[in-house]
Parts: sequence; C-alpha cells; structure tokens
Amino acid sequence: MTNKIDTNMVKHVAHLVRIGISEEEAQKFSPQFSSIIEYFKMLNEVDTENVPPASDITNNTNVLREDVAKPSMSREEFLKNAPQSERGYVKVPTVLGDE
Amino acid sequence: MQLTNLTIRETHQLLITKQLSSVELTQATLQRAHEIDPKIKSYVTITDDLALEQAKQADERIAKGENVTPLTGITFAMKDCISTRGVRTTCSSKILENYVPQYNATVTNKLADTGAVLIGKTNMDEFGMGSSCENSALFNTHNPWDLDRIPGGSSGGSAAAMSAGLASFTIGEDTGGSVRMPAGFCNVTGIKPTYGRVSRYGLISLVSSFDCIGPMTRDVYDCATVLKAIAGHDECDSTTFNSPVPQYHQSIEKSVKGMTIGIPKEYFVSGMEAGVESSIQEAIRTYEKLGMKIQEVSLPNTQYALPVYYLLLFAEASSNLARFDGTRFGLSISENAKDVIDIYLQTRHEGFGDEVKRRIMLGAYALSAGYYDAYYLKAQKVRTLLRRDFETALASVDILLAPTCPTTAFKLGEKTNDPLEMYLSDIYVVATNPAGVPALALPAGFSNNMPVGMQLIGKHLDEQTLFQVGHAYQQVTDWHKQLPKL
Repeated sequence: MTNKIDTNMVKHVAHLVRIGISEEEAQKFSPQFSSIIEYFKMLNEVDTENVPPASDITNNTNVLREDVAKPSMSREEFLKNAPQSERGYVKVPTVLGDE
Repeated sequence: MQLTNLTIRETHQLLITKQLSSVELTQATLQRAHEIDPKIKSYVTITDDLALEQAKQADERIAKGENVTPLTGITFAMKDCISTRGVRTTCSSKILENYVPQYNATVTNKLADTGAVLIGKTNMDEFGMGSSCENSALFNTHNPWDLDRIPGGSSGGSAAAMSAGLASFTIGEDTGGSVRMPAGFCNVTGIKPTYGRVSRYGLISLVSSFDCIGPMTRDVYDCATVLKAIAGHDECDSTTFNSPVPQYHQSIEKSVKGMTIGIPKEYFVSGMEAGVESSIQEAIRTYEKLGMKIQEVSLPNTQYALPVYYLLLFAEASSNLARFDGTRFGLSISENAKDVIDIYLQTRHEGFGDEVKRRIMLGAYALSAGYYDAYYLKAQKVRTLLRRDFETALASVDILLAPTCPTTAFKLGEKTNDPLEMYLSDIYVVATNPAGVPALALPAGFSNNMPVGMQLIGKHLDEQTLFQVGHAYQQVTDWHKQLPKL
C-alpha cells in the first residue's frame, strides 16, 4: 500500500462524497492527506488477533417499540426548509440523466 | 453583584425568596451579553425576545409556586448544534447559516420544561470539527482570560460564555473532548456524561457512536443539577439507557476518605507544560490530604487513542454529513446545475469549510474498498482494546485523574496551518469517547496566568462518583471561583 495520496486520488474521493474540488484545492489537500494517513498507520503496531471489532458501547441490543402511528410534522411545515418545492414535494433537477 | 457570576444554586435561592425575578436576571444577562460579547464573540445568536418571554413565564411559575425546579428562571446558552424550534441553528457552518429547525431536540424540550431561559446559541468549530473554535465558518471566539488566545473547541462558545458570565449555565457537546478541553482552557466545570445517558435526538450528529451532550457550569454542584435535568431515557434515541437517573446531590457531600484515585502513567510522559504538570500534581496532593489513596494505573493503548478516534470520526462523519446535499434544507446552490449531482457538488463545495471537507473525504477513503480492513476495521478492533483498558484500570480504583490538555490555551492562529498538529492537542480527552465512559472536567489552577483543567474519569453510568469526588475538591480549593477580568 502506498502512503502517498496524489491529487488524482483526492479528486476521486471528492467526487465519491459529492464535494466539488478545484485543482488548487486538490494540491493543498494531497500532502495533508498523506501525512494524516501515514500517522494512522501506527495502528499496525497493535496486535488485534482475536480481538473483536467494537460495535456497541452501551450493551443495548435490539431496542424495539410498538409500531403505532402518531402525529408527526405536517407536510407544509416540513417543506418550509426545502429550497424548492412544488405540489407538496421537494423539487430537484433531473436525477436520471442521459448517461 | 454580578448576577451571572453566581452559581445556579445561589441564583435559585434569590429567585424563590423573591429577592430577584427571572425577568431582572434575564435583562441583566442580555445586557451583559450585548456589552461584553462583542469582545469575546461566544454567541452566534442572542434570543432577546424569546428569553424575556420565557423569563416572564418562569416568574409566573415561581409566583404561583407551581412546578418550580432548580432551573426555573435560570438563564442558559446552548451550543449551536442542538436544534431549537424557531431559532436559527447553524453548527457554525455556511451550509446551515440560515437554517431554522422545525422541531426541538429532546434536551431543548427538557430544559424548556424546567422553565430555564434560553439566552442564545453559541459558536463552535464547524460541525464540531476542531479544537480551537477557529474552524467556525462564522467567526473566531476569544478566550475571556486572554483575548489573543483560543477558547478551545469544539464547544468554545459555550465555554467562553460560561467563563465570561454571559449565562448561568451553558450546554456543550463532547465528541472527543469538546466539552472538557474548552472547559479546562476557560476555567469552568463541564461533564461528558456516559454515552447514552443524554438523548441525542435533535443534536446535529458528528459521530453518532461518540457524541454526548453535557453541561458547563460554575461548579460541580451545578453541573449535577443540569445533568439531572437533561439525562434520561428517550424513545426518540434508542441508544439512551432505560435505567433511572440517580439523585446526584444525595451523595455529593459524602466523604471521599478511603476512596482510590488511579493515575494513568501513560498520561504523564513528556510534552506536558511544566505549569500544567505542577497544577495536576498539586491536585493529587489535595486529594491525598482529603484521605484518598493514590495508585498508579496503566492504560496501555493510550497512544493509539488518537488515531482510533480520528479514523472512526472521519468514517462516521463522512456518512452523517451526506444529508447536507442542498435539496431538502440548508444552503442550496442550483445555478447552472444540469442535474442533481451538480447541486450536490456545488452546494457542498461552497457550504463546507476545509476541515469538514478533509474529514469527509478521508472518511470515505478509509471506508473504501481495499482500505476498509486496514483502517476502519482495524480502528474498531483497537477501540475494543481501549475500552478494555478503562475497564481493567477502573476495576481496581474508583476514578482516574488526568489533565484535560498538555498545555494551556494556545494563541489564535498558532496551529491552524497544520491539521495534524491541531489533532494532537486532543491527546488526553479523546480516549473516553470510543470507550463511552464519563469524565468530569474542572479547574485545577493556573500556568502563566492561564487556566489549567483536570478531568476525573469514571465507570460507565457512574457520574455520581465523579460529582462526589469533584465536589470534594471544590470544597477545599477556589480555582473554580476565579473569574477573568473583562
């Protein structure tokens, strides 16, 4: 595994998480990412053979409740924060493009 | 008499004996906030009208003698990541700069039910990502003890407002030290409760498996009062405990004689500022004089706490922050967008600051195919070891004692150029969150005229012992009574 995260990798990850990125930004992030990831490699020193990964720290399991309908926020109230809406729906541009 | 420098307990006494009304207290607090806060900039929003309205209602409750709680009529400020219906909640991010929630967090509802008076919302590192408040996309907050220095983060606004007497208590949120570290830097008391003790419903999530809402107060007694009011089971948060919240004050005066404090040897290695170390050693001697036993203990995986914490934070945050996409709420940049992906790309590019972008991207990287086992899974395994460290150490002692930070508050701009350098300032506070254990931060002296913080770390759900041991210290010291000159 290489330690260096080059600008192409930075741009690739930015696209995965849907954050627009300029060439200058990719150049700024690249060495920062490399040094942070390099620092994380210290975990390789730890022997975790037979150690289960943590999944929960409260020891709660399967918290269930009755499935009962209750009043919730009205549609009108919910849409107050939507940048664009139409006929009771959140409005966005084309989701399925030509690609 | 500066009303907002009083404890909650003292203020409550004035209110119920009608020597003071909540409206008078609220007016005095608002006036002080408008006068002092331009220098400190702890508030993002000051809720003048709402506060006076709530104060009037509190006075009516007190006049009738109905349903009066220790917090009725008491003023408070809340970190701007906790939802308040009708009051802007920004997370100090451009992406939520004009966001007004349609619902209250459970903590907001609980405090409203007690009759507490909301003075305003406080500044923070954007989405809680930072250790100095300098990652706020809105403005920097200044440390009331030295305006050239940072208040700590991420709950820097809550700590600074508490320190400067701009509310009678404040609410912070601790994902990896975000209550304790700024509490230490600003000379206030604050607790990170056990994970699951306080509902997270309506808290804008950073790391869902670490996040803990906790109060900041003038002293330990008040801290127990506020935690009692906000803790408890919530059907809207399935990770909250069903067990009853203890009457913390019943045992708070109990003698600590014969109890044992564990000193984790890994926390006392090189790199600690001399004045911090001597303050902590002095605090240990104070406890010895109170009849406590001191025992060295080991938390052998301490050095791995920081990489575990940050890796898991990046991973969970990258998933949690996917909801800020410019379609349902918050900032939306849709000019020239040919499809919905363009809205995502533009909105998230403009709406997030650099630190938030770094963490989301590194989280996606650590979770991606080919790297998942090496980073995310490995970190979850080491997390198990961190938790076992605390269980083992706390099996032979009652509590652990450590500093909250190796240094006192640093200068504005001192660490902003190197993200990794900034992460290292969290070294003493991050391990508790992956383990879920509670920790209480309290003032422990001064180094070069800046406050030194210490923390007491306890067993799961044993806030009671933390309050008892913390309160005992504050009965024989007066560090917590020292106030900044403003």
